[in-house]
Amino acid sequence: MENAQYYRSLSRNLVSIVIVVSFTPLLLIAALIGYSFETSYKGKSIAYLKETVKRNQQNIDVFLSEKLDYLKVLSRSYTFEELTDEKFLARKLAILQDAYGGVFVDLGVVNSQGIQVAYAGMFKLERADYSKAEWFKTAMKRTHFISDVFLGLRRSPHFIVSIKHNWRGEDYILRATVDFVQFNSLVENVRIGETGHAFIMNRAGEFQTKVGPETEANREFYMALLQKNGLKWEDGGLDAVSGVPSFTYSYWDSPYKEIILTGEGRRGGDDFVYIMTPLKSGEWVLVFQQDKSDAFRDLRRARFLALAILLLGGASIAVTAILVSRKMVSRIEMSDREKEMMNEQVIETGKLASVGELAAGIAHEINNPVAIMVEEAGWIEDLLRDETQMEASKLEEVKRALTQINTQGERCKEITHKLLSFARRTDPRVVEVNINEVLEEILSISEQRSKFSNVKLEKNLDPDLPHIMASPSELQQVFLNLINNSLDAIGTGGGTITVTSRLADDRLVVDVADTGTGMPKAILARIFEPFFTTKPVGKGTGLGLAICYGIIKKMGGDITVNSAVGVGTTMHVYLPVPKGAVP
Amino acid sequence: MGPTVVMLVDDEVPFVETMTKRLAVRDLTVLNAFSGPEALEKLEKERHVDVIILDVKMPGMDGIETLREIKARYPLIEVIMLTGHGTIETAIEGMKLGAFDYLLKPTNIDQLMTKVQEARAKKRAHEDKIMQARLQEIALRRGD
Ligand SMILES: [Mg+2]
Repeated sequence: MENAQYYRSLSRNLVSIVIVVSFTPLLLIAALIGYSFETSYKGKSIAYLKETVKRNQQNIDVFLSEKLDYLKVLSRSYTFEELTDEKFLARKLAILQDAYGGVFVDLGVVNSQGIQVAYAGMFKLERADYSKAEWFKTAMKRTHFISDVFLGLRRSPHFIVSIKHNWRGEDYILRATVDFVQFNSLVENVRIGETGHAFIMNRAGEFQTKVGPETEANREFYMALLQKNGLKWEDGGLDAVSGVPSFTYSYWDSPYKEIILTGEGRRGGDDFVYIMTPLKSGEWVLVFQQDKSDAFRDLRRARFLALAILLLGGASIAVTAILVSRKMVSRIEMSDREKEMMNEQVIETGKLASVGELAAGIAHEINNPVAIMVEEAGWIEDLLRDETQMEASKLEEVKRALTQINTQGERCKEITHKLLSFARRTDPRVVEVNINEVLEEILSISEQRSKFSNVKLEKNLDPDLPHIMASPSELQQVFLNLINNSLDAIGTGGGTITVTSRLADDRLVVDVADTGTGMPKAILARIFEPFFTTKPVGKGTGLGLAICYGIIKKMGGDITVNSAVGVGTTMHVYLPVPKGAVP
Repeated sequence: MGPTVVMLVDDEVPFVETMTKRLAVRDLTVLNAFSGPEALEKLEKERHVDVIILDVKMPGMDGIETLREIKARYPLIEVIMLTGHGTIETAIEGMKLGAFDYLLKPTNIDQLMTKVQEARAKKRAHEDKIMQARLQEIALRRGD
């Protein structure tokens, strides 16, 4: 259960690492490229719109000044008498209408009192009195004038283009009405995309062209914008020569044709971009407005595409990460399991190896009593060969020999029992163990080997130790290994191995100390590594201590080692004592 | 020629005792020792030993060490090694050091007797050669 959770969290971690690692650069690049693309695309789009708006600004300005120029030519070319001749005037209007396709609706001459003294056109405006009209008042102050769009006497939208001229000391005005529809089409033709359209406002915020209700609603917005951005036409008074007002722009100080204000606005849910530029010396403003979604249509498409790629890519990364992680974790799980199985096998092999080592000693031990028995039997045979002389002393000798055979047989039995009790299969079952019994058993098994190595085995066992929970067969393996190592370290020179059991800090400690050759630091650091051995090839597996370490660690204990070259080595085995078992 | 003098060296006391009796009834003069040092000590006093039967595995001074010592001090004495199965390598090492032969424990008494006779014959032959060489030397000296 615990393992399943471990592998699950391992899998989770792998997935999140893979996703974070692959997503972070992906998102960063997407954001970076997206940002630069958007900026440059928007910049280009706006620049294109600006160009268009500027061209239209020029068109409109040209249109207006053209109309003025014609009036100027008329007023300069003909006398007041000629111009006030209504037939003459009608002829001129016909020429103009013919040349300009009905842009000019009518022509009129207004005297300084504001009375229209001559009129040509479709409305009956002869003798009309303009003395009270705003346009007339302004027109009289200037050499030329273009009015705002107004309804006027005819009750239909139009605007007036007028030239002031002097005839024999008295000013009069030659005025023409420009057809609103014609003028309006100039602006209406400025269409870009589906929603891009243009309109004209005067400085008071009055629309000078036809606008839809949506644009109508934007009036306040543009007014506020003009104020806020400081796009104020400050009246610099009238020009001394022409009488035309001169304006200074508090925000820009470039020539007015270059003045373009761009930005983005929002009304309701619709974002839009706008471009504003002054017209008619700044009395009017040409505004171009387009919905953002329309203006940046390609950008939206690109963005959508990028997002789709990002999502698809992300999804495939996530899926791949999950699949790969799962596969990897299951591999890890499998190899862990294999390793565990291998560990068990290694422990079993180690057990066999230590038993094998033991067997050589045991064989000798058995060989000796067997040899004695064989000799005694042979001796009896020798005695019986001469059957005729069966003396009492001979009988006595046979009896002694048989007793000896019996004694040696017992000795054999003891040895084989010892070996059998040890060599039983590795049994990892945990039972209550008296550590001293295990140590005594191992010491007795090792006695023979140590005798021939001239090693004195000393024991210093604390009789009051608590029992521990462990597998006796595993403990045997550990201590047999440690004692075998000590015997190897002492070699044939002779020495002492002291086995001590004691209690320290709630842990049971077994010290196996030898007076062997000791180990330098370099070796000491590696003794618990599997397959590390200082014995010649074929003599040691290098598994002994590694297995001991594994067994003791598995029990929750520890093995440490102290060693000094030429002095000896002491292994300390720490074994956990069950709670409550400490006396 | 006197009887063959054999010294039996083994740490197993009952083994040595019984073997001594068995060899004695086969007309050998048997000396015994229970360890390497004891054997060397006895050899010091008893110079007529022909063959030593020597156990390889003994606590303290083992068979190989004892053999080396014997061969250094008394090169003419022949040594038969007694060994268990597990220590044949040691027996071979002993042969390299000059042992006459080796036998596995438990031993067949007839086999042992044969080896002892062979070893003794070899020793006698060896001694004869030395004797002849000495005689020749003397003869040569006289001749000139
Ligand atoms: Mg022995």
